[in-house]
Amino acid sequence: MTSLPSSSIRDLRQLGRPKSVALRKLRERVIVGTLALAATFTILVTTTIIVVLARETIGFFEFPDVSLGEFFGSTQWNPLLGSEKHFGVWPLIAGTLLVTVIAASFALPVGLISAVYLSEYASPRVRAAIKPALEILAGIPTVVYGFFALTLITPLLQKISPAFGSYNAMSAGLATGIMILPIVCSLSEDALRAVPRSLRDGAFALGGTRFDVSVKVVVPAALSGIVAAFLLAITRAIGETMIVALAAGGIAQITANPAEQVQTMTAYMVQIFLGDAPATGVEYKSSYAVAAMLFVMTFGLTMVGQWVLHRFREEYD
Amino acid sequence: MSTPRSASQRVLSNRVFLWLCLCAINIAVVVLAVLLISIVWQGWGTLSWQFLGNFASRKPSEAGIAASLWGSVWVCTICGVVALPLGIGTAVFLEEFAKKSRFTRIVQTNIMNLAGVPSIVYGILGLTAFARMFGVLGTNADDALSWGDSESLWYVRLPFGSSVLAGGLTLMLVILPVVIISTQEALRSVPGSLRAGAMALGATRWQTVWGITLPAAIPGIMTGAILSMSRAIGESAPLLVLGGILLVFNTPQNLMSDFAILPLQIYNWAGRPQPAFHEIAASAIMVQLVVLLAFNGVAVLIRQKLQKPLQ
Repeated sequence: MTSLPSSSIRDLRQLGRPKSVALRKLRERVIVGTLALAATFTILVTTTIIVVLARETIGFFEFPDVSLGEFFGSTQWNPLLGSEKHFGVWPLIAGTLLVTVIAASFALPVGLISAVYLSEYASPRVRAAIKPALEILAGIPTVVYGFFALTLITPLLQKISPAFGSYNAMSAGLATGIMILPIVCSLSEDALRAVPRSLRDGAFALGGTRFDVSVKVVVPAALSGIVAAFLLAITRAIGETMIVALAAGGIAQITANPAEQVQTMTAYMVQIFLGDAPATGVEYKSSYAVAAMLFVMTFGLTMVGQWVLHRFREEYD
Repeated sequence: MSTPRSASQRVLSNRVFLWLCLCAINIAVVVLAVLLISIVWQGWGTLSWQFLGNFASRKPSEAGIAASLWGSVWVCTICGVVALPLGIGTAVFLEEFAKKSRFTRIVQTNIMNLAGVPSIVYGILGLTAFARMFGVLGTNADDALSWGDSESLWYVRLPFGSSVLAGGLTLMLVILPVVIISTQEALRSVPGSLRAGAMALGATRWQTVWGITLPAAIPGIMTGAILSMSRAIGESAPLLVLGGILLVFNTPQNLMSDFAILPLQIYNWAGRPQPAFHEIAASAIMVQLVVLLAFNGVAVLIRQKLQKPLQ
């Protein structure tokens, strides 16, 4: 130690400067407090969303030509045109559900089977080739899928059947399905991979084929994770905006015909916020009521997903 | 497994299922290929340096993306500067400091819920909270409190209006849950023995986090941050609610400037009936995808280069 020059000893002492315990505790407290504030911010965000939506929705129902009974009882949504305005939310919900059902019936089976393949069958080399493709699909902005639906899927559908208009639910639904496919696939795959190897080994030892093992043992064991993945994907499809605003059309109607155009809840909000209506009018306020419906639906689905994940999780430790 | 079947039947069903798997997995790859090819096919002809440097125009041949490209850069920078510290701080608090209490459980559930809220709803929140400040400062834009010259870099006004600052903060709300969740996962993957070692040497909790846990988790945190930022670049619905689609003829000058962003420019052109606008929309999509691929590429590089195995 004596060979060290005095200046470097001072540096060393500076570096490991013994702080008083009180000072250190104070610093610790300040930091933890700041971080806790950051965490509280997320609560603030949720609270503000709920308060804003509730306040504006109540404002909407205070208009004389609107009532809660009509909102949930009428099947006509006609807020902008015509002499008589109608605010029955069901056509918007029906449009949203039609697009979501089309998207889900494409993406859920394809996504799950892809996940089973990636987790149970694929060699590491095949995985390394396919995973980046899925990651790129997941990163593509939804407006690009909307453009894709409008300029490629719709013309293809029109070649198949002339019944498809230039805006239709099928095209928007398929594009939304492509959008949620990577979500379904990667989350289901995570759930499948979390199933311990011993279960597979046991099933193989009993003489199961790979099909028996993956479909009858691994998939049921991972079911809670798969259902949660499905619910998350459906939530994303319900809330999807740009695809339906571009490709689904603008007529709010209750129909199960995928060749017709529909208006979803999100597409209606886009129409209003693009500036067709004055900011104080009943049409403008109606978009907040629709947003509140959308929020309640997606929030509810997320809660169900969380509940499924915790309630039905199989623990293998 | 209730009905006993012959071995040949089971081998057959195994083979059929493998074919089904190959079909399913190829759908994703084929769709991606078709999408990229069709966009390059449509957009290659109109992509030029001029296209990158021009402003919006009624004529598709003279239109460009200068304003929206720079608008995207401004908005996403603001978004990242706010969302990353806030999100990483929240994740550090939840993983490293908070005890398992009712409060932390509520915060955790709430973050999962926020991740599921449609982005257009965040647009409404941004419009009310940032652009109009709940109307407490008046609803007329001319009444706004302001400091500084409106041409200078330091011009600030309240409420923010449909400015780049309001846009960036709105996008921050959208990606905040994503940042938190990915950071939490990165922190969880740091082995507990590292923390125990630091604590055993007498480090405080914060010293452990700052000196040991965060450096070990940095690759995961950065990968998550980059992927969240690429989400922010492509997000358009909340900003459509915030400001509609504006025709902007200059790049942002300060935090209060009006702005256009690339995805909304694409939306605007794609929604028009003329095919010429579809072509320039495809060109703009090519620019957007190149930026996104660059981001994803950096994320993959970081994952491969920096991730040291920790035992």
